[in-house]
Amino acid sequence: MIADDDSSQKKQANSTDDWSLPVVDQPSTRRTALKAAGAALGLAAFGNAISPLWSIPENVSVDEFLQQHYKELSKDDKQRVFERLEAEAKEDYGADVTISDPQPIPGVRFGYAINLSKCNGNGACMEACNKENNHDRGVDQSYIRVLEMSKGSMDMELGTTTYDHTVPQDDKFYMPVQCQQCENPPCVSACPIEATWQEDDGIVVVDYNWCIGCRYCEAACPYHARRFNWEQPEIPADEVNPDQGYLSNRIRPQGVMEKCHFCLHRTREGRAPACLEACSTGARVFGDLNDPDSDINWVLKNKRVFVLKEELGTQPNFFYFFDS
Amino acid sequence: MPHSLFIVALLCIAFAGVGAAMTGEDVDSKEAGINKSGGTAVRVAAHGVGDNSGSDTGPSRADFPIEILKPLGPPRVTTGLKDADGSEVMVACSTCHTTRPPNHQNKTARDLDEFHGGTVLAHGTVSCLSCHNERDYDALRLADGSRVEFSDVMTLCAQCHGAQMTSYEHGAHGGMNGFWDLTRGPRTKHNCIDCHNPHAPQFPKMQPMFKPKDRFLEQPRTEH
Repeated sequence: MIADDDSSQKKQANSTDDWSLPVVDQPSTRRTALKAAGAALGLAAFGNAISPLWSIPENVSVDEFLQQHYKELSKDDKQRVFERLEAEAKEDYGADVTISDPQPIPGVRFGYAINLSKCNGNGACMEACNKENNHDRGVDQSYIRVLEMSKGSMDMELGTTTYDHTVPQDDKFYMPVQCQQCENPPCVSACPIEATWQEDDGIVVVDYNWCIGCRYCEAACPYHARRFNWEQPEIPADEVNPDQGYLSNRIRPQGVMEKCHFCLHRTREGRAPACLEACSTGARVFGDLNDPDSDINWVLKNKRVFVLKEELGTQPNFFYFFDS
Repeated sequence: MPHSLFIVALLCIAFAGVGAAMTGEDVDSKEAGINKSGGTAVRVAAHGVGDNSGSDTGPSRADFPIEILKPLGPPRVTTGLKDADGSEVMVACSTCHTTRPPNHQNKTARDLDEFHGGTVLAHGTVSCLSCHNERDYDALRLADGSRVEFSDVMTLCAQCHGAQMTSYEHGAHGGMNGFWDLTRGPRTKHNCIDCHNPHAPQFPKMQPMFKPKDRFLEQPRTEH
């Protein structure tokens, strides 16, 4: 019995000595040569795949590269980040800007409504959005698209944005579409890295420094409300809006997603959104859904109201209504 | 015993009735007071304040006012003449109209041969003197003949356009500037004639000025 045990231990010891990488110290057969070549190729491919991690891209500073998610930033972190972004705005755009971080007003849930009996499609809202939110002047970006729709249809996919004639046309109506700030936002579920989320006042925001620009959210949004920054926005220094919010209208980097944020740098301070003030037909109503006496609640109680693509269950906080 | 119960019940009903009547009266007088204090600005501003005191959300909540832009006073009309400086001579309506008797046969500007001939009137079936006050041309008149100042023109419009006025009072007509949250800042609103020409009130046609250049509208930039 004992002798048997000894011999088995010896056998194990021998086999341990034989343990080695499959391709090293082995007789050079065709099989091992192929194994070696395969392993080398695999290693090279892996190294190449993770090579972006070895170096920081030229247009990204070390601080920016190492910056944490918005929700993980301490007060001091935020201070440093905002100062860095302000310095970058000065360097890149020659503008003195102030970056703030207004928080949701406790107990407030924002709602927005547009009177389709009033809207005449003149597009003043799109222009106001472009200026307020430091959009790229090259492509005249805006968070709003005004759709010209044929009377009798509510299908926004049939609307056109390229109309270029006197408005309103008798057989058309005009429907501005922007982020609907859904209660159940498909864009948030689609984001693989939680770079976009819903705040307590219902506004869906993006951390532009956390976004990797995969555009899943853009594909997920049934309202075509998300925009991608194909290029670094170009804005003349004197047109940069210096009143900027970290989660709202600060100048976005190239290659990230962005969307309407109900002008949270204004609305969280009690002011109306820029598109509402610009509307020359008075078609827009904004307010607090939690306040039973608010204008928006009066509209919801007294007008014919609908939401876009209700059947999808996104539950927008954005409403459309008619006068009669 | 049943007798006294009956009397108590009667008293209860009577008191309840009086209570209801009193509250009803209260509301009426409040509204009347608000109306009498004159001017849509005052009325709508008071509306906001009233909401606050009614909802009783807390004594610290101080509402900022809603200011409604008003015409400064009676309009002045150009005479077509130039003074020594080359600027137009403007006169008050009463300059001419105090010496000329009103002519009720003139319904629209087309009927006039001397003045105001170019005015386009496209406002339902109303005629000049439906709104202009023939007793004092520096003021307007309501449908019952009572005088209303140019600065209170909204009271005049609201006579026929009640639905619009109701929407306006609830922020669903006319737009706004300033603060959605009146606890944080004031709000400014237009009055009717800031957006609507009273003689031809249909909102004018416009040319869209701004178009985002969406990428999907362009030709593809590469061949593949």
